[in-house]
Amino acid sequence: MSIDSGALAASTTQQTEQQGGAHRKGKPALSEGKKAERRLGLLLCAPAAIIMVAVTAYPIVYAVWLSFQRYDLRFPADRAFAGFANYAAVLTSEYWWRAFLVTMIITIVSVAIEFVLGLALALVMHRTIVGRGLTRTVVLIPYGIVTVVAAFSWQFAWTPDKGYLAAMLPEGAAPLTGQVSAILLIILAEVWKTTPFMALLLMAGLALVPDDLLKAAQVDGAGPWQRLTRIILPMMKPAILVALLFRTLDAFRVFDNIYILTQGSNGTGSVSMLGYDNLFKAFNLGIGSAISVLIFIAVALIAFLFIKIFGAAAPGSDEGKR
Amino acid sequence: MGQPPGTRAGGAEVRRRRRRRGRGRWAAAGGVVLAAAVLAGCGAEAAGPPTLNFYTPADGATQYAEAAKDCTTAANGRYTIAQQTLPKGADDQRLQLARRLVAGDTAVDIVGIDVTWTAEFAKAGWLEKFPPAVRSQVEQGTLAGPLETGTYQGDLWAAPLNTNTQILWYRKDLAPTPPTTWDEMIQMSEALHQKGLPSYIEVQGAQYEGLTVWFNTLVNSAGSQIVDENGKVLIAEQPGSGDAEEAATIMKRVASSPASDPSLSVAKENDGRLAMEAGTAAFQINYPFVYASINTPPPDGGGGGTFIDEQGKPAATDTGRQVVDEFAWAPYPSVNPGEPAKVTIGGLNLGVSSTSLHKDLAFEAVQCLRNRENQLRNAVDGGVPPTLEALYSDPSFQQEYPAWQAIKESLDNASVRPKTPAYQSISIVISDLLNPPAEIDPAAVPAELADQIVRAQNSEGLVP
Repeated sequence: MSIDSGALAASTTQQTEQQGGAHRKGKPALSEGKKAERRLGLLLCAPAAIIMVAVTAYPIVYAVWLSFQRYDLRFPADRAFAGFANYAAVLTSEYWWRAFLVTMIITIVSVAIEFVLGLALALVMHRTIVGRGLTRTVVLIPYGIVTVVAAFSWQFAWTPDKGYLAAMLPEGAAPLTGQVSAILLIILAEVWKTTPFMALLLMAGLALVPDDLLKAAQVDGAGPWQRLTRIILPMMKPAILVALLFRTLDAFRVFDNIYILTQGSNGTGSVSMLGYDNLFKAFNLGIGSAISVLIFIAVALIAFLFIKIFGAAAPGSDEGKR
Repeated sequence: MGQPPGTRAGGAEVRRRRRRRGRGRWAAAGGVVLAAAVLAGCGAEAAGPPTLNFYTPADGATQYAEAAKDCTTAANGRYTIAQQTLPKGADDQRLQLARRLVAGDTAVDIVGIDVTWTAEFAKAGWLEKFPPAVRSQVEQGTLAGPLETGTYQGDLWAAPLNTNTQILWYRKDLAPTPPTTWDEMIQMSEALHQKGLPSYIEVQGAQYEGLTVWFNTLVNSAGSQIVDENGKVLIAEQPGSGDAEEAATIMKRVASSPASDPSLSVAKENDGRLAMEAGTAAFQINYPFVYASINTPPPDGGGGGTFIDEQGKPAATDTGRQVVDEFAWAPYPSVNPGEPAKVTIGGLNLGVSSTSLHKDLAFEAVQCLRNRENQLRNAVDGGVPPTLEALYSDPSFQQEYPAWQAIKESLDNASVRPKTPAYQSISIVISDLLNPPAEIDPAAVPAELADQIVRAQNSEGLVP
């Protein structure tokens, strides 16, 4: 629960920002009819809002509250307020920093590869004339497969004696048992799985590039590379940012693939794995919640940095320009 | 959604509304059916004899279900035992039980718990203490080692159902007299390696519970304990730290010797069995299932293992001689010459949940579920050694377990894993610190481990 709350919270932040933008545009003077309509609108929204508060706000607040306590399911009598002790324990633990480093490596490498491959796929899909529907469907298949199922097939494929991929490696190689090789395989599984998503978002961005502009550039003597870097990429910047932001937030919370492929052994655990292990294996709600809150903060920070660095083109920041 | 309804084509809008209303009606009907089902479920419990839910691990569930059936018959209508299967993985079983018990699920009556969970479940208040009368009945005829795993701070919290222990399995062609100490075994393995013969010592070196078990056995065999029952870390001071260092040294020697299996750092029980059956191992520390396995035809078992040539090396052709012909067993090697090893025992204990509404009946059912017939069935069909001493002289048990004497001896000298509620965290910390075994720094192990264990017990530390 608390592991997912990071993502939920991140998306709610975005939503509220967008809603905030819409609100400011409203005029204060309203007729009776308008007022009644607005009241009805609020009433109609209320059930949804209440449910949102119950299922997202409450767990998040509760997780924050737990993170300030010493609370271990095995020692119910020792429950006490602990202030920032849990955060201190997490932030001074080498396990946290090891997991953080692994998570950052997986995030950066996989998102970079996904972006390059996704852009290539998007260009192919955009230009396809024959069998357009079929191409797009085929490209999307990996994204349609349940992550856990895909992870299990990767695991089988890389298991010595059983898997067809392991059979191609030198005798005795067990790639899932080494730290570096296992992290590479986790990245591979992530890339395989989510490149289609990236391609889909980027393809939507490609539609923003007017053909006339490209033709004009061609007439002026711009080569394919120049057209890509000078026209296509700048034009689709908003789409690129959405794609990168979504995938970075997702990749930072990587869990399923690691849980199936390595169980986090041999130093391959991500921060989400660490949170899970502390909550559900050690039954330590205080420490586990502190980890979850830190993941949430990290995710919020990533979103904030994306919007700050990439400025106007980032999602949720466009109202500032108007 | 943004458009007001009037601006759309009227007919389409009406149709759409009708469809929506229709869907709502279906949803309402579904809700009623669901509510009815829930009510029926609640009502069913009141009538008839009480049902005792018996949660067991998935492994051996068939035998546990048969025991539940037999005990229901024996109860003569006073109660019914319903066997419920938990997941296959121990962590998942523990998580599900903990979740139910923390939430106060009254439909949990009898729980089959791993021997390592007793302290944790007892301290958290999830188990009901065995009343003195029941306790003395459980104690009768039960092996002392397994009984020890069910007690915590002087009380009995769980009754031993099955146990398990490791012994040494070896190739008698490669080692005519089995080694009695770890030192001897490492030397024999290195001598075999120099002659170019199969030399591996197979033991659980992967980063998981099995590695903790190995370390615990070695520390106990050396004469100490990791933690005492009050949570005092005994390897923080002498002689405990010396023994922990000795244990870590042995592990490092086994793993870094030129004669060792290169994949020892990822080896679990089954990997050891496979290496032995493939003819590359000379020694193996493992549970009795390896005997049944090598005598079972493929694909379920090793089918006697691979063929071996005159020297004892695995052969690709039919030499008429297989690993199974040289397969033998001996007591677990000791650390101190002349003193038997204190082998860590495993197994399953039966506890009564503190949330149960029928605790008295549950205690009665526990005694039936672990009676002679049911334990024998678990031993013969399920491959788990019993906890009733008398069964070890039973011919049908001896026939199924030719190594029964070594097993019994191992159980008599048994050691239990640290009896502390924080065991799970301690085990994770130990296996993380000692993996890979070849890179252990024995001198640093005691202090580092003591520090981590103290933090785990105070819920202050993280588990990796």
